[in-house]
Amino acid sequence: MKVPVSWLSELVDLPAGISVADLDAAFIRLGFEVEDVGRPPVTTGPLVVGRVLDIEELTGFKKPIRYCQVEVGESEPRGIVCGARNFAVGDLVVAALPGAVLPGDFAIAARTTYDHVSDGMICSVRELGIGEDHAGILVLGQGGYVPGTPAAEILGLDDVVFDLDVTPDRGYAMSMRGIARDLAGVLGVSWRDPADLPLPDWPGAPAWDVTVADPDRCDRFSMLALEGLDPAAPSPWALRRRLAQCGVRSISLAVDVTNYVMLELGQPMHAFDRATVRGPITVRRATAGERLTTLDGADRALADDDLLIADDSGPIGLAGVMGGASTEIGDSTSAVLLEAAHWEQTGISRGVRRHRLPSEAGKRFERGTDPDVTVVALARAAALLVEHGGAEVAGAPVDVDTRGPRPVVALDAGLPGRIAGVPYTRAQVVEVLEAIGAEVAGDGDALSVTPPSWRGDLREPADLVEEVVRFRGFDEIPSILPTAPPGRGLTERQRRRRSIGRALADAGYVEAPAFPFLGTVQLDALGLPEDDERRRVTTVRNPLSEEAPALRTTLLPGLLASLARNLARGRRDVALFEHGAVFPGGQRTPAPLPGVDRRPDDATLAALLGAVPAQPWHVAVALTGQREPRGWWGPGRPAGWADAVQAARVVAEAAGAELTVRAGDRAPWHPGRCAELLVGDRVVGHAGELHPRVCAALDLPARTSVMELDADALPAPAVPQAPAISTFPPVHTDLALEMPGDLPASRVESALREGAGPLLEELRLFDMYTGEQLGPDRKSLAYALTFRAPDRTLTRAEVAEAVASALDSAASAGAKQRGAVGEAGSEDHRG
Amino acid sequence: MSGANDPYDPKQVAALSQEALGSALELGVAAFANAADLAQLAAVRPDHLGDRAPLLLARRELGALPPAARSDAGKRLNSALGDLKRCYAERLAELEAERDARVLAEERVDVTLPWDRTPRGARHPLTTLTDRIADIFVGMGYEVAEGPELEAEWLNFDALNIGPDHPSRSMMDTFFVAPEDSGLVLRTHTSPVQARTMLDREPPVYVVAPGRVYRTDELDATHLPVFHQVEGLAVDRGLTMAHLRGTLDHLARQLFGPDARTRWRPHFFPFTEPSAEFDVWFPEHRDGPQWVEWGGCGMVNPRVLRACGIDPDVYSGFAFGMGIERALQFRSALSDMHDIAEADVRFTTAFGVEQ
Repeated sequence: MKVPVSWLSELVDLPAGISVADLDAAFIRLGFEVEDVGRPPVTTGPLVVGRVLDIEELTGFKKPIRYCQVEVGESEPRGIVCGARNFAVGDLVVAALPGAVLPGDFAIAARTTYDHVSDGMICSVRELGIGEDHAGILVLGQGGYVPGTPAAEILGLDDVVFDLDVTPDRGYAMSMRGIARDLAGVLGVSWRDPADLPLPDWPGAPAWDVTVADPDRCDRFSMLALEGLDPAAPSPWALRRRLAQCGVRSISLAVDVTNYVMLELGQPMHAFDRATVRGPITVRRATAGERLTTLDGADRALADDDLLIADDSGPIGLAGVMGGASTEIGDSTSAVLLEAAHWEQTGISRGVRRHRLPSEAGKRFERGTDPDVTVVALARAAALLVEHGGAEVAGAPVDVDTRGPRPVVALDAGLPGRIAGVPYTRAQVVEVLEAIGAEVAGDGDALSVTPPSWRGDLREPADLVEEVVRFRGFDEIPSILPTAPPGRGLTERQRRRRSIGRALADAGYVEAPAFPFLGTVQLDALGLPEDDERRRVTTVRNPLSEEAPALRTTLLPGLLASLARNLARGRRDVALFEHGAVFPGGQRTPAPLPGVDRRPDDATLAALLGAVPAQPWHVAVALTGQREPRGWWGPGRPAGWADAVQAARVVAEAAGAELTVRAGDRAPWHPGRCAELLVGDRVVGHAGELHPRVCAALDLPARTSVMELDADALPAPAVPQAPAISTFPPVHTDLALEMPGDLPASRVESALREGAGPLLEELRLFDMYTGEQLGPDRKSLAYALTFRAPDRTLTRAEVAEAVASALDSAASAGAKQRGAVGEAGSEDHRG
Repeated sequence: MSGANDPYDPKQVAALSQEALGSALELGVAAFANAADLAQLAAVRPDHLGDRAPLLLARRELGALPPAARSDAGKRLNSALGDLKRCYAERLAELEAERDARVLAEERVDVTLPWDRTPRGARHPLTTLTDRIADIFVGMGYEVAEGPELEAEWLNFDALNIGPDHPSRSMMDTFFVAPEDSGLVLRTHTSPVQARTMLDREPPVYVVAPGRVYRTDELDATHLPVFHQVEGLAVDRGLTMAHLRGTLDHLARQLFGPDARTRWRPHFFPFTEPSAEFDVWFPEHRDGPQWVEWGGCGMVNPRVLRACGIDPDVYSGFAFGMGIERALQFRSALSDMHDIAEADVRFTTAFGVEQ
């Protein structure tokens, strides 16, 4: 909402000397965010009203040129050359005389052009910096101003225009009337209500036959007919200037007047060409199959929720949204039928959205207009059309008014203070409520408040509380820290997420959150089979990109895109992680939409919560390049499948879960380098090297490795139990085992552990060997074992027995001893 | 080992003479002083302090002297021997010190060499800032509540007093989820967690809900279609706007320094009444101390309390919400939101110390 200060000062007795900054602060205090403070660009030097006395058409040039004699309040007129043609002798114009500097450092001087001395310039709106119009020069009309008068004030060059952001609950503030009232209230000054007009006693029968068939959607519908309007009559400059300041384009007198009254009173209006309306008017819902061609030329199919203004020919307007083309006022319209109505807000909202027709009128109707001012607005518009367009009112107004009494809100005068935490007195509360136009009755603290007709948003005590606090000011509210009851701290799940993030960061991974959108292309690139559950996606109906309309079912596409972006920016060694929700797809029951007047019943609530799918928390890593860089210590170590598997172990450890690993086969991993990650029997994720085709499809370096697991599938950790720390000496033994190449190390390890029994304290694989000595498809694994008893020094015999048992167990798993390496020593004597 | 058991002739005990002892001491002192290193010192030691060294051989002769002479000679001998041993010890210490200095100097390394063998990782600044904010509230006794990002439309809108035809519903730039009757949206704010919390438990409720939210804004320097908010909600008996201010002021001080505080401007949110937007006074702003727009707040609208089964005549509540990216933007002087969306490791690792 744009608010010129010159207009505001006509309505509000602004305190003398109030500054723009003061007004800015007052608007902010009222809750009108100041988006912009507009000031016209600076013009200096002589800029005056001029009257065109004579026009000489110059010929022989590329375009027609006029040499004009312009009276500028001096003894002699000035000769000014002008290329525009939209003016006639007798018109008042704005002349910039030599010495003037227009916006853009445009200095005016007397100069010879087209063989004549041009002693100044006749200005267009654009040259003056107050609008875009440059089709012709600015014509102020034929009267009303004296030539030679400085033009700055007439042009509004000394005016300031506030652009206010009006929140959707304050429909009343979409007008000068509403802004003026609030401003006067908060400044404590008097003001003049422009809707406070004496209504003429129009003689005759109502101007039209009108029936309102849907009083729920339209509780007041008013019309007034005018005849004898001069279709060519221009809008006066003062009106056009205000429209321009408010960002409204001037079109014709009739349209300009309805827009002006809308800005002034907040009541949008529509003008029909009376000659084209056929028979009585009905306000009704659309019926099946009806269509309407609206003012924008679009032929629209109507929904049965659409409220129409119809005549004998059918629909002639989409109520409150847009008029119809068949009754549009045109260049020759001299008889108009003005309409001003009060529409139910949400119906307008639906219509605006359904037909995608946002407009200044729609914005006001869906926020709520004042039903009291329909006829006032008609009278105001009629007066302007009579004054400037030579029209006459024909007949009495139509006014179908089915409104009920205004609701009364019971308010405890102490409530505003109790909510704000500020002890407002009853008098202060009443003062504010009266300032916003409410009627307040009642003795003591039990107030009966009748909100004004323009405040449909004030329905409950809390709404009135807000008005009291707003007018009293937020700065009065003290700062007191409440005491919450003792809380439980973070949940196990919340702590775990932090631990996982920290553990991966400590392990060298950089967190890389991505937008969770993807498309078929990304899933194809991963080589997912047709029936893969990650292809069952939830899609967004209005995606930002048609290529990525789905919600992620896996973190990998986003993470790999981040990896690629870092590589494209010149990084070579990148290790990233992300953790976040994924969104499984599939068939679902729609979520219900219960009412909001009370808590939904348990069944509805269960259905509602149950319709929201589980969104598991996944963790993923992706890495490429060198996992450990080369340095003065030697060469680096390339990232690979084992890093990805280890990342899963890091995650599991941070989460306090025990993870096991076995060979797996799942897209997008390399089938021979894919680890399946398990907790107990449950597969929680996969890790390993990407399939070479996936690397190729995504243009990633070969051997790029990734891990993804479902962190929500990791069980809650058990409370750790303290181990018994033996202080007896350990016995260290190394074992080398030979086995088929495809025997998993994890099998060998568990066989050794099982066989070695409870004396085994620690076991660690320290070497792996494959080579010709062993023969094809064979490998050797070497383990370091530490034995220790809790209560005694082990004897050689005891250790030998445990080792033999471990070897037996390994042998039954397929791993045979390669030759005893022997006892490595038992020097470590503690205690 | 003892020396030869020669027949004793008192006249021959010249070795114990003043001259002989003095000369042996002199020779020893000179030999030790001349030893250039520990090896030479060790090599000459037996000649002067070994079993067969002159002074030690002389000691054997003491017994042959008559008692009167023995005491006198013994004193002279012990004095000479003591001097020589001390001289040896001093030289030994001197040479060891020289050796240590030399060897340890040879073992000198360049301690400025890098040892970044394990590359550094980092959590994202949004994550660490979110944790920091959550911790401030946990410290006040709040609990951290969560809700799904793919959310029921009813909880995102209706339960929060944003009816189907409410203008702000279309102003929310919502991502809608297929099919049309799914009743699901990508949550446009963290406020549905308010509704979930109130539906789930009885007052008093003090929760804070950080999380990711969605709006159909194109990504540019100042807009993100996917961003993070933190929502706070308190429902209790007798809560006022003063308590809301106290809470926000406390948060501001914890995050932005002891001089930080909030300033409110009336605003509109369907789920709070009265509602305000708030600015925070940020003394450390890169362009100098100033007010910075941060979030919205207000007293929970009684209509919302009723929809969640809480009696507004008994309880009141306050709620607030702010953007975490916004906080990061001015707290860390972030100038372009692309940096948040693009996961460049150079951006993220720069925040490494912020935990």
